[in-house]
Amino acid sequence: MRRIVRTLIVLIVLGVAIGLYLTQPRTLPDGFTAGTAADPQAGALIFAAAGCASCHTSPGAETDGMPVLAGGQAFASDFGTFYAPNISFDQTAGLGGWSLDEFARAVTLGVSPRGQHYYPAFPYAAYQHMTAEDVANLFAYMKTLPGDATPSRAHDVGFPFNIRRGLGLWKLAFVSDDYVMAADTETLARGRYLVEALGHCTECHTPRNAVGGLDRSRWMAGAPNPSGKGTIPNITPAALDWSEGDLVEYFTSGFTPDYDSAGGKMAEVVENLSRLPETDRAAIAAYVKALPAVP
Amino acid sequence: MRPFSLSVLTLVAASLAAPVLSDGHSSKALEAAAKARNANMSMIGYHMGVLGSMAKGEAPYDAALATAAAENLQAGAAMSRIVLYLEGSEQGAVAGSRAKAEIWSDSAGFEKQAIAFETAAAAMVTAAGTDLEALRGQMQALGGTCGDCHKPYRGPRN
Repeated sequence: MRRIVRTLIVLIVLGVAIGLYLTQPRTLPDGFTAGTAADPQAGALIFAAAGCASCHTSPGAETDGMPVLAGGQAFASDFGTFYAPNISFDQTAGLGGWSLDEFARAVTLGVSPRGQHYYPAFPYAAYQHMTAEDVANLFAYMKTLPGDATPSRAHDVGFPFNIRRGLGLWKLAFVSDDYVMAADTETLARGRYLVEALGHCTECHTPRNAVGGLDRSRWMAGAPNPSGKGTIPNITPAALDWSEGDLVEYFTSGFTPDYDSAGGKMAEVVENLSRLPETDRAAIAAYVKALPAVP
Repeated sequence: MRPFSLSVLTLVAASLAAPVLSDGHSSKALEAAAKARNANMSMIGYHMGVLGSMAKGEAPYDAALATAAAENLQAGAAMSRIVLYLEGSEQGAVAGSRAKAEIWSDSAGFEKQAIAFETAAAAMVTAAGTDLEALRGQMQALGGTCGDCHKPYRGPRN
């Protein structure tokens, strides 16, 4: 009997140790941001391509002029409601005290400066592919934006999803280091970087399993609207027959080939994409056309 | 006993009134309103397309045709919203509707965007008949008003 108890205790301790090890928040590779420049102008394009303002400005904020990243937009989900935090560079309410490395760890690994996992409502599963150069430029640009003292609102998430350590398991299961699409031309590689890394298009356009992991076998095949009514459309060639020119036009003016116009969150995406060079919009179009058809 | 019978009465009254929704519109009327809105949007889209293909150089510029398209578009933009946007006909409540509830909860904001569209459509009538350059310039302004309204007030496809 005593032996059984002792074995059990050993097993439990071992299990907890393995669990803690596996769910450990990762740290940046050594020297990740070393030697990077800080070019705010280049960072403005990263900021647009990554769509930061679409979620981190306050609800209903004007999109003209300098974005104020005060946070506060609510994102309802099956796991609770997430509130986008204040990521302005205010000293107390925002990222004012952050170092570049802390910022890089947050963006590419989804880990806070205090070593806590972020919820994947923050699309770090996509941003993990961001180059150190782009992270550094983004950081430099965001520093030029106005600060705002509005405190971040706590997420409204119930047990067990309120245990952040558990997100380590989620990351293990669903954050893959690999890109989904092959890219054998320079244009496709650029398109893939814009779509899979910065644009995080798949966060809405790909369906998820019961615990919120992306179903990579149905890549971009459409999904229920994560926060509201209606559906996010299938944009694989099985459902979308637009030409590359049609796609570029849509990313520029928001007009579909039959002169419907982008609405909702996609209208914000178009606003962001229209700020990028046309070659980038063409690269995204090439990527979309190369998607495998998923009915 | 009295409060009970009162509440029973209320229930009976409510069930009698059920086919007529809170704002006095039957579900059939709400559905018809959503359908009419979608039809009007198709009309607007068609005429945008005529102007857009000239702006993009896909079709030759034709002042008379462009003016006609702009006039029809203006008529669509000026359709009275009181009868088209019946309260209770939002997405989820009525089949085929993509109207967000914000149209009614933020009616002043919606009205502002709708008037901006009307104004831009009216300006297009003049621009379309002037020359291709004027048409192109106004196309941008007019197109912007589509997105400005669809962003806060239209939901994704059903």
